Amino acid sequence: MTATAITLTGLGKTFGDTAAVQHLSLELAAGSFTALLGPSGCGKSTTLSMLAGLTTPDTGDIHFDGVSILELPAERRPVGLVFQKPLLFPHLSVADNVGFGMRMRGMGRRERSRQIAEMLDRVHLAGLGERRVGQLSGGQEQRIALARALVLQPKVLLLDEPFSQLDTALRTQMRALLRQLHDDSDITTVFVTHDQAEAVEVADTIALMLAGTLAGHGTPESFYTRPDTLAAARFFGVRNEIGGRVSDGRFIATNSTIHVDTDIPGVSDGDAILVIRPEAIHLGGTRSVPGTQTLGRVVAARFAGTHLVVDVEIGNQQLRVHHPAAGRPVTIGENIGVELPPEACTVFSITTP
Amino acid sequence: MTSSAVTSSGVVGSPGTVGRRLGVAVLIAGALLPLVPLLVWAFAGQWRYPALTPQQLSLRGIGLLTDPRSQIPQALLTSTLIATTVAALAVLIGYPAGRAVGLYRFRGRRAVQFLLLAPVIVPGLAAAVGLQVFFIRYHLADSATGVVLVQLIPTVPYAAIVLAAAFANLDTDYERQARALGAGSLRVLLFVTLPLMRPALLLAGLFAFLISWSEYVLTLLIGGGQVTTLPLLLFAAISSSDTTAAAALSLLIIGPPLLLILASTRLLSTRSGAVIGMGRL
Repeated sequence: MTATAITLTGLGKTFGDTAAVQHLSLELAAGSFTALLGPSGCGKSTTLSMLAGLTTPDTGDIHFDGVSILELPAERRPVGLVFQKPLLFPHLSVADNVGFGMRMRGMGRRERSRQIAEMLDRVHLAGLGERRVGQLSGGQEQRIALARALVLQPKVLLLDEPFSQLDTALRTQMRALLRQLHDDSDITTVFVTHDQAEAVEVADTIALMLAGTLAGHGTPESFYTRPDTLAAARFFGVRNEIGGRVSDGRFIATNSTIHVDTDIPGVSDGDAILVIRPEAIHLGGTRSVPGTQTLGRVVAARFAGTHLVVDVEIGNQQLRVHHPAAGRPVTIGENIGVELPPEACTVFSITTP
Repeated sequence: MTSSAVTSSGVVGSPGTVGRRLGVAVLIAGALLPLVPLLVWAFAGQWRYPALTPQQLSLRGIGLLTDPRSQIPQALLTSTLIATTVAALAVLIGYPAGRAVGLYRFRGRRAVQFLLLAPVIVPGLAAAVGLQVFFIRYHLADSATGVVLVQLIPTVPYAAIVLAAAFANLDTDYERQARALGAGSLRVLLFVTLPLMRPALLLAGLFAFLISWSEYVLTLLIGGGQVTTLPLLLFAAISSSDTTAAAALSLLIIGPPLLLILASTRLLSTRSGAVIGMGRL
């Protein structure tokens, strides 16, 4: 089975006065595992629902391998869907739940039983087919829901926060199982979650949605190293935002002596915000790149296992630094060299309205 | 998880068992004691004041039940057919109404809710007297069809209300999930929604059946004496002071509803009901 590529173009959906999704364009590579990440109400579930055909978009189009699927009703889309709740049909046995889709397709009983048994084995629940639905644990229920979707060999697997009702240990286990099922079949997978850590752990690429629009799309690492937007940087926990100006490829902070010499692509001269992750800042570094080192004062330091959390003040600007625990000792009140490596800095222009 | 009191009283050794058993006994006695005089009357041949027990026992009352000349066997059949048809139609009509009111938020939902309840609040007799004109005009008077139609007035609201309550508890994501698994609208209904709604459907049907089964005024008015149901015979027996026949008929009328309720407590407390809240009688 060859994997299917998904293309969303200008997708939009409005409920009443609220625009749930706006101008969403997104390319998901064949066989990719994408986390659709965002806070609740950002439109990620609506997007998933439009992919599944359960919600009709107001604008835009969805293509599977270049062919629009908008005209296909939900029941005929080559899509497997798993919700947050297992939604196992309580009037059917476990096996009949897994076989539901095949029965809808008119598959014979014997072929059904064979595939059900095989699928139950793949989700490590062999022999549970005759159980009633009420006799399963939460993790088992969600695995059955996964089996019920996958047994139909869909081209696309859509998951809407499938593990958020499970406890942490079980969640980790389920992610591993899902990852394995994906890697075995190369099925294009879209995984909706509000949990940034979960998205990073499970997916190859992350599409971040904020307030109904796409705020970033790339590998998990890129969201840490080179976020697409300031909003994406903030969602991924950036604490250090430095206001300033860019002129001639040089960033100069407004409230402090911080200045970074760097060739900043795509940033025009004018007001800008520089962001940098706490672990990227060097304290008292010997590496002396001219123009990136400045002097600050340590105002707080706290031991946090593998590193120290240090707050440094430079002028009116406070920076949060993760300093290696085994590195140079830091004392509160001392003046210290602060280095912002240009390659770790991301600068966003502030577009004046 | 059965909701029947008999099972819960069977818990041995748990605290409060004695009190609970006593409570159940009182309930059962309260429900069955009024039937005792009926039983005695049904077998009484001669029973005059001031005797405490009948002076003579007789099987005349019970014999009437199977005697074609008493019209009772035919009436039993008529009553059963009418009540079953009314129950089926009431559920069929109440289903979309219940779904709309229970599941969807729309403008005028309160008004629809009130209109659904109106036939329960307004006496059926008042409506039926007005409707009789139309029944006569459309040749529906004096026929079983007419009786079935007029009995929908008091039964549809109950069916709709019971189903609305159940639909309010229905998680429609089950239907969405079924669609995603390849089921079209009809199959979603047949394979998912109706099974999930089964307890409520049974309950709605049961209510409608019971209302139709004991309906007197509407049957008399629209049936015009041509459609003879058991309640009509019962009133006839009472007005002719044939207490023995009345008691025997009463027992016959009580029988099917009692059996239905006993059977349904088991059916309604099903383990598979996703729609709870209406699963207990």
